[in-house]
Amino acid sequence: MTLEASVAVRRGSLDLAVDLAVADGEVLAVLGPNGAGKSTLLRVLAGLLPPDGGRVAVDGTPWDDDGVHLPAHRRSLGMVFQDALLFPHLSVADNVGFGLRTRGVGRADRRAAADAWLGRVGLEGLGDRRPAELSGGQAQRAALARALVGAPALLLLDEPLSALDARTRLAVRAELRRHLGDFAGSTVLVTHDPVDAMALADRVVVVEDGRVVQTGTPDEVNRRPRTDYVARLAGLSLLAGTGQGRTVRLDGGGEVAVAEEAAGPVFAAVRPESVALYLSRPDGSPRNVWPARLVGATPHGATVRCELAGEVPLVADVTATAFAELGLVPGAEVWATVKASEVAVYRR
Amino acid sequence: MSRPREGARVPAPLLVPAALGVAFLVLPLVGLLVRAPWSSVGEQLAAPGVGQALRLSLVSATLATLLSLVLGVPLAWVLARSRMRGRSLLRALVTVPLVLPPVVGGVALFLVLGRQGIVGSWLDDAFGITIPFTTTAVVIAETFVAMPFLVVSVEGALRAADTRFEDVAATLGADRWTTFRRVTLPLVAPGVAAGAVLCWARALGEFGATITFAGNFPGTTQTMPLAVYLALQREPEAAIVLSLVLLAVSLATLLLLRDRWLGRAVP
Repeated sequence: MTLEASVAVRRGSLDLAVDLAVADGEVLAVLGPNGAGKSTLLRVLAGLLPPDGGRVAVDGTPWDDDGVHLPAHRRSLGMVFQDALLFPHLSVADNVGFGLRTRGVGRADRRAAADAWLGRVGLEGLGDRRPAELSGGQAQRAALARALVGAPALLLLDEPLSALDARTRLAVRAELRRHLGDFAGSTVLVTHDPVDAMALADRVVVVEDGRVVQTGTPDEVNRRPRTDYVARLAGLSLLAGTGQGRTVRLDGGGEVAVAEEAAGPVFAAVRPESVALYLSRPDGSPRNVWPARLVGATPHGATVRCELAGEVPLVADVTATAFAELGLVPGAEVWATVKASEVAVYRR
Repeated sequence: MSRPREGARVPAPLLVPAALGVAFLVLPLVGLLVRAPWSSVGEQLAAPGVGQALRLSLVSATLATLLSLVLGVPLAWVLARSRMRGRSLLRALVTVPLVLPPVVGGVALFLVLGRQGIVGSWLDDAFGITIPFTTTAVVIAETFVAMPFLVVSVEGALRAADTRFEDVAATLGADRWTTFRRVTLPLVAPGVAAGAVLCWARALGEFGATITFAGNFPGTTQTMPLAVYLALQREPEAAIVLSLVLLAVSLATLLLLRDRWLGRAVP
């Protein structure tokens, strides 16, 4: 059950051209900002939107190709939307059994399969409820059961957790992870939340403005972002420059000292927690010392995330205590330091 | 304590016409109640023609509503969901009977379905079927006038319905017809019910198209509104009693609409 897709859609301001391949049992996350074309891509894979060009094939069978368009209801797929979208006029069990009913499974078998799946997603005994009587998390679990009950070849998840509150999201994410692990088919997860992608996906594809800008394992994408969007998601400062020995000359001016030899066009990525702030220029070991101005500060757990402007734009995390002791206010002039060994360098 | 809401006070230039408007709409009904010959109501209702006219009215309005449902719901779906060209023209054509004087509708039906009409003469020659001046003609005239109410109501409900439910059904293997039956129709059921009640009420009160196309034959085409009009010229007391019956039916319809369906359609 392998998905191979090469999808082109032009629609208004959206120009989407994305190639994907997802193996059996693999979970691919499509990560990108709003308006990047992620949901359009998913609608094409589902057969809800015919693409303007390209090919979608599952296990070698074309679903979309020149002159071929298999409508959604004839594709072996399950889809979970941002809102659970349980049919409000049907009981929870009838919702879960809906896909079996359209395939001609009898009432008793449908009910048995629905109850079994409700049990697997932790909703035992709720089959006779109306969807309106479920909490958001329960509804999304039921929607997952509804999508999986027919053992589809392809599972499509469209921002499945983003409508849930933070605590519920945590629980449903863990559950989803478990079910994705058991799922034999290919899964495509669309999300703008990097945590979802990191927690659930085997591989991440980053889409911006309709194009794939980066592919890799969640860890690779997280540690070595290739665009500002990904860097921001990963909480890194991304600096583009040219490597010369153990120095990176930044395209925007300034230099960064690094621990490894680097040559040619590279990225230097700095984690916010490795940036230290001082009111006066510090003496001693750090080789990277830059003057900067504080332009923004937002609480981030027990730390304060500080946005710094200057020759080298950085983001720094300082503890709330340190932030108070330094008496930092927006506009304050500070010195930022980073150890050379804390800077990740990789080819552009 | 809450402050008086802004706009709660009605300015005099609006208040006076508004009060006059209420009086204008309500007083005639009050007059009907005041002038009703309450002592002889039972007697009047028992008169032979009344039960006949009432039964004919209820039966023909119900048949017209059923016909409107069978034809109007699919039509509303086409207007709301299909992407075919000329849809707005189609919508305009469909709603013409809403604004057309019913008597014109009656004339038009007569020209098409009458014995000399385009379709009528063929029906007569081929099957020996004559439509005008039959109960069938009553149902057709009422359907012509009342169906647009249903179509407009159902189309509105379809447009307001969340089409993502239909996407979900498609991903679960339901073709468009199955989706329509198992998902779309149940979702818009309150709108369909409200439209059917409106349609039924309009059919019940139909006068102009009916008398033009179906005539006024007691027992076969004389519905309540026709009976009221005729009675007013001969025995006004009977006309008042018949009007009370129609008023009661209308009020019952309104209550049904408010409590049963409109309440659910607009949560």
